[in-house]
Amino acid sequence: MLFRKGPDIRSSEITPEGAFQKHSQDRRQFLASAAVLGAGALAATRFVGMLNPATKVFADTQKLQTIPSQYNVTETQTPEAKATAYNNYYEFGTDKSAPARNAHTLQTRPWTVQVDGMVAKPLTLDVDSIMKYRPIESRVYRHRCVEAWSMVIPWDGYSLAEFIKFCNPLPSAKYVQFITDLNKKQMPDLPFGFSFPYSEGLRLDEAMNPLALLTFGCYGNVLPNQNGAPIRVVSPWKYGFKNGKAIVKFHFTDKQPHTLWNDMAPDEYGFYANVNPTVDHPRWSQAHERRIDSSPFPKTIPTLPFNGYADQVAGIYNGMNLKRFF
Amino acid sequence: MSKRVIILLKAFVHLLCLAPFVWLLHLYQNGSLGLLPDPVNFITHFTGDWALWTLLACLTITPVRRLHTSLGFLIRFRRMVGLYAFFYATLHLLTYVLLFSGYDIPTALAGVQSGHLSEAWTQFKLVWPRMWDDIRKRRFIQVGFAAWVILLLLAATSPSAIMRAMGGKNWQRLHWSVYLAAWLGVTHFWWMVKPGVMSPLRVTIVLDVLLLARMGYWVMKKIKARRNLAA
Repeated sequence: MLFRKGPDIRSSEITPEGAFQKHSQDRRQFLASAAVLGAGALAATRFVGMLNPATKVFADTQKLQTIPSQYNVTETQTPEAKATAYNNYYEFGTDKSAPARNAHTLQTRPWTVQVDGMVAKPLTLDVDSIMKYRPIESRVYRHRCVEAWSMVIPWDGYSLAEFIKFCNPLPSAKYVQFITDLNKKQMPDLPFGFSFPYSEGLRLDEAMNPLALLTFGCYGNVLPNQNGAPIRVVSPWKYGFKNGKAIVKFHFTDKQPHTLWNDMAPDEYGFYANVNPTVDHPRWSQAHERRIDSSPFPKTIPTLPFNGYADQVAGIYNGMNLKRFF
Repeated sequence: MSKRVIILLKAFVHLLCLAPFVWLLHLYQNGSLGLLPDPVNFITHFTGDWALWTLLACLTITPVRRLHTSLGFLIRFRRMVGLYAFFYATLHLLTYVLLFSGYDIPTALAGVQSGHLSEAWTQFKLVWPRMWDDIRKRRFIQVGFAAWVILLLLAATSPSAIMRAMGGKNWQRLHWSVYLAAWLGVTHFWWMVKPGVMSPLRVTIVLDVLLLARMGYWVMKKIKARRNLAA
């Protein structure tokens, strides 16, 4: 498995001891609860609180407890008001302003997540236990939309790799697919003509790259619904549509999973969808991007290979023709 | 209808057609444009939408006028509404050239203000390869640009003096291409959006209804002419 090391960790970023103790305790609880749910047997009263889907750990506070991380870009951050008002989330309407208006109808608790396919044991997990499995890091990432605009967003989560290791995929598993929730009652603006539920996926070595973030919050707050609450993926070296929102299932497989936009228009949206200034979208160039900031006329800046994360991820694709596998 | 009423009505139609533009300026002035998530995208869609809507409004005038003889005066507004369609289409094109392309307005402006007029041109030359690439490669840009060129020709030949100089028949033939421009504009919209996105549907339906109305009128006229011939 390709697992490139990131830059050296600064001492300030080492997890404090207290946090570690708390998190390892949470980890034990998480593992226990997962085991119970997965086996579907042995209801240990100790974990009833965790298993009860009505438990609302973050109901009374929208703020998240986060620790700093080494993965931060220093560019000016996009104002929170903009990052939470401009979303491609077609389940809540095809206009980018629609999800902020409409997504409040999605109920993000209780929320269970299935882990199935090529795993040692299929699991059903409560999102709050997943959230508590590892300390939540704040990571400032570039976010590049396939539509040639970009943002800089502080996301809150932990490496997807940690969660995947926990899922215990079989050695034969080569891909992980993310299935987004589909609930017609809570998605009254669901448009016609799309094969929902939304599906995305990564090759397992991509998903195991520490940059791939299992995300629960942004700007230090619990994710707003329009940004993919309660649990989503952020892979910052790829176009935004790769990042499944409101995930209800992680499916491990040995075949490249079908993904929604690739199904809709394979010539426009590749499975890999790595940010690549040299591969144009058929309808526009990907060489530049409009960086969303607070200005009425934001600057257009050059797009970087792998969205500026080439050092961390380019090695994954050694020997691959990225113009063909775009 | 008296001349006075027509003048008043014309002033009113001018205000109506200018309202979207004034509103856009207002949004810029009071700072709310900068608060929008993606102002450039907003301006692009706003000017594109209004170019199409004013063009369709212009195309509505003739069929509505034909409904009743008393509506004949509407013809006096057709040219101005058409010119507003050209106005919004030009704003739309300028948005692409000056904002979407990445043209560095602050640098160009600073250059011009310090007396270096050539800075505006230098900046344009920097983004021109990108635009040329778009025009060469992307069909939605091609049809959109073609629509604008047609509107430019129609606007340039809109003064009565030019119409007289061209001769009514020639002028009429040229100005029938307004349907082509509208059709190209709607195609530009469809080819721009992602597959599955239905936002161009409304303008498409309106355009189709308008085209059907014209075909219906044309067929009726033929039938009438044949009847008259038979009688």
